[in-house]
Amino acid sequence: MSDDTFEPKIVGFMCNWCSYRAADLAGTARIAHAPNIRIIRVMCSGRVDPTFVLKALSLGADGVMIAGCHPGECHYIEQNYKAMRRFHMLRHTLRAMGVEDARVQLVWASAAEGQQLAEAIDRLVADVKALGPLGWSRNWAENGARLQALEDIINEHNEAMEVPR
Amino acid sequence: MAERVGVYVCHCGSNIAGKVDVEEVAKWAGEHIDGVVVARDYKFMCSDLGQKIVEDDIKKEGLTRVVVAACSPHLHEKTFRRACANGGLNPYLLEMTNIREHCSWVHKDPAQATIKAKALVSAAAERVKYQEPLEPMFVDVNPTTLVVGGGIAGLQATLELADAGYPVVLVERLPSIGGHMAQFDKTFPTLDCSACILTPKMSEVGQHENVRLVTYAELEEVSGSVGNFKVKIRQKARKVDYDLCTGCGVCIEKCPRKVIDNEFEAGMGTRKAIYMPFPQAVPRVPVLDTESCIWFERQRCGACQKLCPTDAIKFDQEDEIIELNVGNIILATGWKPFDCTKMPQYGYGRLANVYTSMEFERLCNAAGPTNGKIVLRDGQTVPRSVAIVHCVGSRDLNHNAYCSSVCCMASLKMAHLVMEKTGAEVHSFYIDMRTNQKDYEEFYQRLLQEGVKFVRGKVSEVTDAARAPHEAGKTIVQCEDTLTGRQQRYPVDMVILMGALEPQADAREMGLKCGISCSMAGFYTERHPKLDPVATMTDGIFVAGACQGPKDIPASVVQGAAAAARVQGMITKGKVMIEPVVAKIDEEHCSGCRICNNMCPYNAIEFDATRGVSHVITALCKGCGTCVSACPANVISGAHFSNRQIFAEIKGALWDALGAEETPVSAEMSAP
Repeated sequence: MSDDTFEPKIVGFMCNWCSYRAADLAGTARIAHAPNIRIIRVMCSGRVDPTFVLKALSLGADGVMIAGCHPGECHYIEQNYKAMRRFHMLRHTLRAMGVEDARVQLVWASAAEGQQLAEAIDRLVADVKALGPLGWSRNWAENGARLQALEDIINEHNEAMEVPR
Repeated sequence: MAERVGVYVCHCGSNIAGKVDVEEVAKWAGEHIDGVVVARDYKFMCSDLGQKIVEDDIKKEGLTRVVVAACSPHLHEKTFRRACANGGLNPYLLEMTNIREHCSWVHKDPAQATIKAKALVSAAAERVKYQEPLEPMFVDVNPTTLVVGGGIAGLQATLELADAGYPVVLVERLPSIGGHMAQFDKTFPTLDCSACILTPKMSEVGQHENVRLVTYAELEEVSGSVGNFKVKIRQKARKVDYDLCTGCGVCIEKCPRKVIDNEFEAGMGTRKAIYMPFPQAVPRVPVLDTESCIWFERQRCGACQKLCPTDAIKFDQEDEIIELNVGNIILATGWKPFDCTKMPQYGYGRLANVYTSMEFERLCNAAGPTNGKIVLRDGQTVPRSVAIVHCVGSRDLNHNAYCSSVCCMASLKMAHLVMEKTGAEVHSFYIDMRTNQKDYEEFYQRLLQEGVKFVRGKVSEVTDAARAPHEAGKTIVQCEDTLTGRQQRYPVDMVILMGALEPQADAREMGLKCGISCSMAGFYTERHPKLDPVATMTDGIFVAGACQGPKDIPASVVQGAAAAARVQGMITKGKVMIEPVVAKIDEEHCSGCRICNNMCPYNAIEFDATRGVSHVITALCKGCGTCVSACPANVISGAHFSNRQIFAEIKGALWDALGAEETPVSAEMSAP
C-alpha cells in the first residue's frame, strides 16, 4: 500500500520536563528531522490516556509517539512507569485490532537527548512509511453505517455505566 | 457563547519566517479555523509592540482566547500570559504553540514546514477554546536556604546569603569545607596563594551566626517544592563529639596509625587514622576513619580516647539523620578529576614520574607533603626537564568531548612554578591554547617570554622504552608537532597530565533527588544556557560552580553569588506562585473505586471512607495528571490539561488528515 508520495501523519505526546524539552533542544541545536510529527505537550507521560492514542488514530494519524523521561528519571518520581504499563496494555489491544506494533511507539528521551529524539522520530516516520496509511478515519467517511454502529455502542456503554456526559 | 480567538504568528526575525510562510499561516487560520476573529503575523511578538498588539486586540476585538505561534512555551509563555493579563484576560486562556524549535528550525522543506505550522496553530486554536480561567496559587517561602557543597562556589553563595541576614545550612560531604581550591598552591593568573584567599572565607563561614555548618554529611532526600522543601541529611559518624571537641589535636598527634591520604593529598602524603584533612580545616573537629583505626580493627589502642582532654572521642557514635525545612536549595557539588589510568598510553600508575595535575598541585604546595619542593617520586631528585600534557580526557571523543576550560591556564601556572622553583626546562603539549578571560592572554604571553617551550600536538604516548642513549632512564613523550609536521620524542624527567574536570560520580543521582537533569556529559542543566545560567527547570533549585560545567575559580565565585542573588530575590518576595495545574475529583460522580489512590506518588489523593469518595489534597498535587487518565469513570479533571482540551488539540493537529475535517466522531464525544 505504501507509495513514495505517502507522508504519514504522526501525533507525538511528549512530557513537559524531558521529551518536550528534548524536542526544544533538537530545535536550538538545529537537528533536522522529519516534519511529519505534531507534538502535543502533556505534563507527564503518565497523563497519556490510551484513548488519546486511539483518538489520534481514529482522526487520521498513521502513527503515534509517546515520549517521557527515562525510567527512574521521571519528574513525578515514577509516573513514566505507569505510562509504560498502559502502553503495553494498549499495544495488546491494538494488536487485537490489527494495528501494527511499529505505529505506536514509546520512547524515552531526557532533556539532553535532542539528537536521540530526532533519530527516534525519523525511525518512527520511516517505519510508518513502510507500513503505509492506517486509514481508520476513512472508515467513518466511507461508511456511515459503521459510524452509526460505533456511536450506538458508545451510547449503550455510557448508559450502562451511567457516565455523566 | 462562541469563543473569540485571536491568533498571532511570530516571524521571529527570519528564524521562523525564513522557513515557514507566516503570512499564509495567519491568513489561513483566520479563514479556516472556527472562532478565529483576529489572525495576524508580526516580526517579533515578544517585543513590547508585539505584546501591545495582543493587549489592544483583547480590548478592542473582545477576544476571549489567545493563541501565539512562536517559540517554545518554556521561553515566552510567561511573557504572553502577562500580555493577556494586561489586556484584561485571564492568563490561562492563552495557548502558545511552538513553530520555531519544533518546526522552522528542524525542517528543511518550507512547504512541509508551513503545513506543519498550520497543524500546530490549528491544534492550539482548537484546544484554547476549551481552556478555563485559572487562578495561580501562592505559597510562603521559607527564608532558610540549603547549600550543598562547601567548595568556593558554595562558600560564596553561603556568605552572600548569610551576610544579607538569611539563615543558611551548608552541607559538605568531606570533613572540612574548602573544596578543591584548598588543595591548590597558587591561583592563575595572579599567582596569589590559594589558601591565603580561601581560608578567610572558610573561617568566616565557620563562625557566621547565620550559617549552620554540617560537614561530613550527605544530602539524602529532598521532598516538597519551591518555598517549602523538606530535606534529610545524613550526618556520618565522625566518632568525635562535635560539641565537646576543642580541636586541640592531641588525638591526631598521638594516633599511631599512618595511612596514605588519597583524598586531600591526592595520594602524595599521609594522614593519621583520626585526622583533619589540612591544618586550616573548618570546622576544627577531626574525623576518625574507622577503616584504618586500630580500635575498629582489633579493639586495641584507644590512645585518642584515653588522651582526649574533653572526652570527645565516641567510638559508639552512629550516623544521624537531620531533618530540615528549607525554602531554596543551591547545588554547588563541584567536580572530580579524570582518572588518568583510563589512558594507559600515558603511563599514569605504571611509570613512576607521570603525575596527575592534582598530584602536582600537592607536590608544589608549600603546605604539602614535600613542603613545596618539586621532586620526583624518589623524594629527592629535582627534575631538570618537565613535560605538561594538555587535554587528558578532555576534547577526546573516547572520554569527554568537552573542553575542561581551566587546564590551559592551570598548565601555564604549573609551568611557571616549575621554572621558578627548579629552573627546569618545560615543554607544554597543547591542542589549542585557550586563554580567554581577563588577564589570561597576558599571562600566556608572559610564559612565552619566560621560555616555556610550547609544542602544538596531541601526545600519542608516554613511555620509558629508550630508543637512543640520551633517552635512557628518562620518561619519553612522543608527539607529532603539528606546526612542523614531524614526529618528535622528548625525553624528560617528569610528566604532568592535565586531567579533565568531570562531573561528580553521583551527580546524576543527586540530580534525581532534587528533580533536575544532567547534560549528556553529566553536568547539571541550567534553565537557559545564556539567560538563566544558575536556575534549573525545577523552581527553587539552583546550581553554581563546576557542577554545571567545568569552570575556574572566578567563574565559580560569580555563579555562587548569582545563585545567592536569585535565592534572595525569592526570599524577599516572600511568596512564590505555584501553577494551578492540579487535579480535581468530581466527588458527586466518584464511585469510590480507589484506583486513583495508588496512582499518586505524592499521596495527594485521600479516600473519605464515610462518604465513599476520593478527593485531591490540592497542596500536595503536582499536576502530573496520571490519576486523570487512570479514572475509569472519567470524573477526575486535570486543570489546563483536561481530556476535552487534549482531544480538541489532537483533532486540530490532524486538520489535514483524511476524515479529520468532517470529523463525525466529535471531539467532545468521550470527554466528561
